[in-house]
Amino acid sequence: MITVLHEQRASPLPRASADGDALWLERDDIEQATGWSWKPQGLCHGDVCVPLPHGAAGQAIVRGDSLDIAALWRHMGNPVVHDAGGSAWVLGSGSAQRAGALATLEAPDFSLPDLDGQSHRLSDYRGKKVFLATWASW
Amino acid sequence: MWQALFDELKDRDFVILAVAMDQPDAARPWVEAALPAYPCLIDRDHHVADLYGLVNVPQAIWIDESGRIVRPPETAGSTDGFRSMDRTRFTLPDEVVAERNRIKALYLDALRDWAERGAQSRHALNEAAVVARLKPAEPAIAIAHAHFRLGQHLLREGRTELAQEHFAQAIQLHPDSWNIWRQTAAKDARGLAAGPEFWARVDALGDRPYYDPVAIDGPARPT
Repeated sequence: MITVLHEQRASPLPRASADGDALWLERDDIEQATGWSWKPQGLCHGDVCVPLPHGAAGQAIVRGDSLDIAALWRHMGNPVVHDAGGSAWVLGSGSAQRAGALATLEAPDFSLPDLDGQSHRLSDYRGKKVFLATWASW
Repeated sequence: MWQALFDELKDRDFVILAVAMDQPDAARPWVEAALPAYPCLIDRDHHVADLYGLVNVPQAIWIDESGRIVRPPETAGSTDGFRSMDRTRFTLPDEVVAERNRIKALYLDALRDWAERGAQSRHALNEAAVVARLKPAEPAIAIAHAHFRLGQHLLREGRTELAQEHFAQAIQLHPDSWNIWRQTAAKDARGLAAGPEFWARVDALGDRPYYDPVAIDGPARPT
């Protein structure tokens, strides 16, 4: 079973297959795992579409109904890391994306649980001044 | 840690979100002992650290009512005074304690000022000032966060040795992150990553800070 980790999602994908640094996902699985949609014009999210590049050295990025999402993710400037066996993959967010988001000065949104398991989303607190402070037991 | 401030300011459209860069079971006894009235969120994968470019605790971000950052990530009242600690007696020189208290009071006063005055507070920075204080993008840091995320997942699956390999990668790529180093380091009986390895790494900083100092003005002069 291959699990794909992206932002705060963790998606076990029975139909995924890995081959070295390639991660082949079907259309629906791409959307489930990442929130991005594989459309004719490329990989899309909201108003943004990234056209599929032609594979380097003859390596196709598309194989039937599957896309090597790892190759495309790296092409987009994002880190991809996986365990040696290829069963757990992180489709990370690149530094340009993180810095770009912060530069808008809009506080990046997130949702985290408290110890009772209740989720709290940052944007739920709009309308109040938020002091967001970190701590740790270590 | 912020409970007193919360009690003072809770009627002023001011909320504290305390985010633990921590495993839930490690955070739990602290939260249950303190029972704070404000939300204590558990960020076991350090997602907020990834989003905001955080490297240590405590760090804080101030966000106004419209969701805009008015103070970017910075050290929240702590200092490097602990580095002067007598490591056998666990004591601090008086002047170090005094300075630590002064810096903490300065930070809390600024926070209070913002809670009471909002955008009128001189501690709520304008857009140019916030942007100037943001750190530039570093690709290695993004890769480090990906390795840390993978490591935490592998730990939960019981694949501890493999997790440690990815944590080592994360530390190598993002050596400035004490969040990553201390979260993944061996802990003592109290759950602290504060043994000889920690002190060696702190000493290796030399003149570099453990906590980046914050530029916060003292009380405004009366006009």
